[in-house]
Amino acid sequence: MSQTPSENSHHIDVKEFHPRARAAIADPKIRQNFRKAMDGLISKRKNAFEGMDLEALRELGANIRLRALANLPDLLEQLEAKLTENGVKVHWAIDSDEACRIVRNICVARNAKTVIKGKSMVSEEMELNHYLEERGIEALESDLGEYIVQLADETPSHIIMPAIHKNTGEISELMHEKTGTDLSNDVEYLTASARQQLREKFMNADVGVSGVNFAVAETGTLCLVENEGNGRMTTTVPPCHIAVTGIEKVVGNLEDVVPLLALLTRSATGQHITTYFNMISGPRKPDELDGPEEVHLVLVDNGRSTIYQDDQLLDTLRCIRCGACMNHCPVYTRVGGHTYGTTYPGPIGKILMPHLIGLDEGRHLPTASSLCGACGEVCPVKIPIPDLLVRLRQESVDGDKLNPAKVRGHGAKRGTLEALIWKGWSWMHARPGVYRFGTAVAARLRKLQPGKLGDWTKYRTAPKLANKTLHERMKERGE
Amino acid sequence: MVDPIKVYPPKPTHVYFYATCLIDMFYPDAGMAGIQLLEREGIKVCFPEDQTCCGQPAYTSGYHDEARVVAKAQLDLFPENWPIVVPSGSCGGMIRKHYPDLFKHTGQEAKASEIAARTWELTDFLLNVCHIKLRDLGQPTTLAMHTSCSARREMGIAEVGPKLLGQLSNVNLVEQVRAEECCGFGGTFAVRHPEISGAMVSEKVDTLTDTGASEFVTTDCGCLMNIAGYAEKNRKPLAGQHILSFLWERTDSGKGGKS
Repeated sequence: MSQTPSENSHHIDVKEFHPRARAAIADPKIRQNFRKAMDGLISKRKNAFEGMDLEALRELGANIRLRALANLPDLLEQLEAKLTENGVKVHWAIDSDEACRIVRNICVARNAKTVIKGKSMVSEEMELNHYLEERGIEALESDLGEYIVQLADETPSHIIMPAIHKNTGEISELMHEKTGTDLSNDVEYLTASARQQLREKFMNADVGVSGVNFAVAETGTLCLVENEGNGRMTTTVPPCHIAVTGIEKVVGNLEDVVPLLALLTRSATGQHITTYFNMISGPRKPDELDGPEEVHLVLVDNGRSTIYQDDQLLDTLRCIRCGACMNHCPVYTRVGGHTYGTTYPGPIGKILMPHLIGLDEGRHLPTASSLCGACGEVCPVKIPIPDLLVRLRQESVDGDKLNPAKVRGHGAKRGTLEALIWKGWSWMHARPGVYRFGTAVAARLRKLQPGKLGDWTKYRTAPKLANKTLHERMKERGE
Repeated sequence: MVDPIKVYPPKPTHVYFYATCLIDMFYPDAGMAGIQLLEREGIKVCFPEDQTCCGQPAYTSGYHDEARVVAKAQLDLFPENWPIVVPSGSCGGMIRKHYPDLFKHTGQEAKASEIAARTWELTDFLLNVCHIKLRDLGQPTTLAMHTSCSARREMGIAEVGPKLLGQLSNVNLVEQVRAEECCGFGGTFAVRHPEISGAMVSEKVDTLTDTGASEFVTTDCGCLMNIAGYAEKNRKPLAGQHILSFLWERTDSGKGGKS
């Protein structure tokens, strides 16, 4: 399975996490932009759930997702049958490469030269824009954040707010340089300018590409959540609409969507409902005035069916892509989205990306967490993210003979010295006599304790050994 | 799926005291304070001599075989059906939440689960099992508190520390901005990602000093080492203590427990 769908300059070495983290932390603009944005999102989310039984709702959301995953193969077949009946053409893609080819083939068959895109993280995962552009098809992002990111020739730094790493001034300069708008800190002016530039593109685009938030199996409905109306334009104005989504996005029926939607918008942006909620059920019917002539759905696997086969890792697939985990993550807030070097940054990225790119390439991702649990606490579908991080840490060092590692690229992080240190640590702590002797000796020799302890003492003083261990003091007490 | 509801036991005659390796080596005073607080409540404290470490450092680093060997050596230390109290949310969480997983499908599975179910974080135990009533003997002071992430999220005891401190009439407890955010310790995280951890702890110290308090308490020695160590290194006017030391010092009349 190829994981790098197109040879392009955008390929980032995920392994270089540390230098990027150092650079981000040293950059006051990045620090400020993220802190301010994340603080805002945290408080908006909190207010949005005010007066609701959030725990009951999360429980319901988790169970809906678990039920959908438990029946995933059946639901996918039902979805395909129902969509086909509705006149939607369903395609299956094993990986990004195949998904890109499918989209391109549809474009070629229609002689399409321009594609307008609504926001879709799966298309980012596929690196679809570059794939199409290399083959002579123009792909333009229509979500404002994505549009900005595309103008800057960057990748999204957040799954909901792709340009969150930029402040208004930076966006104004970028738009001035690339599109000739006036320099301005007036957000309305900048938005109106972008809208004007995009409007024309909508009218002339041959194909619209969008993502999917929920694919409803029972009715064959593709639900799309958005705020800018660009999703509706993308899916209704061009004569052909191609939706791309991961195979895990399917739910049983429309009733399942209600609590998930309530959780999604509140968790993501603190909104009770988004400005637009699109339910796409098929191409334009003969007596209808608008809508596309052709609708396609590309169901992308890209490693998901492998995740699906493990009872614990399966929880990764519950995700409804709200981004609350990154908004609340103290690491993400410090380093920003680009530091991760992956399509999905933050906590969800740390548990999902190793499956997509391999645990050898993504070896640092699971370690970049203090396991504080803020992500798991806010996850609307209760993904136990910290537990999955620990699982992936185990996988990355082949650390459990009873539960052998299985994720692609496992064991890549196991170092001889570190393994030896843990062996020695384990030997000592499993022998109480040795432990008591060793710690008592250390207490006696505490004056010889080094003042510098590597990276720890770059920022802090070294902890000081007590003159007697608690063991010794309890012994003296005669316990 | 549903988190199990915590059912507190009746106040027992005895408890096992599981000190944790950090308390043992670096903060034995905090351990003694915990023991004395329990004894003042009329509880006999048993300190199993063969205790070492709960195994968490290896566990969270992914070395589960090594963690299991160490954890297994702790399982036989608690033969009586007494509660096990731990002066740490982090190590308490390791035993209560992760031991059952660590020993799943092994011969120790039942024992690990049984031990997990009677493991309590000590301040939680003092407040909700002992129903401790504290009488403040100290001078008026302003204090901030950092509840560790494991105490807050794994053990679910964010309310416990403030409630205990609230019983102290001369303590003005102030809350820092973003109180629920991690201090950046995270065990091996602090040395694997020193810059990120450093950025986190520097902001934690800033928010703590911004409250106007010159001292803070915390439930966990990891956070204490991190926050107080940063403040010391960077000459910030902030001193830290384990919450148990603070509680004991403010309420000890000199004849409280045996020491």
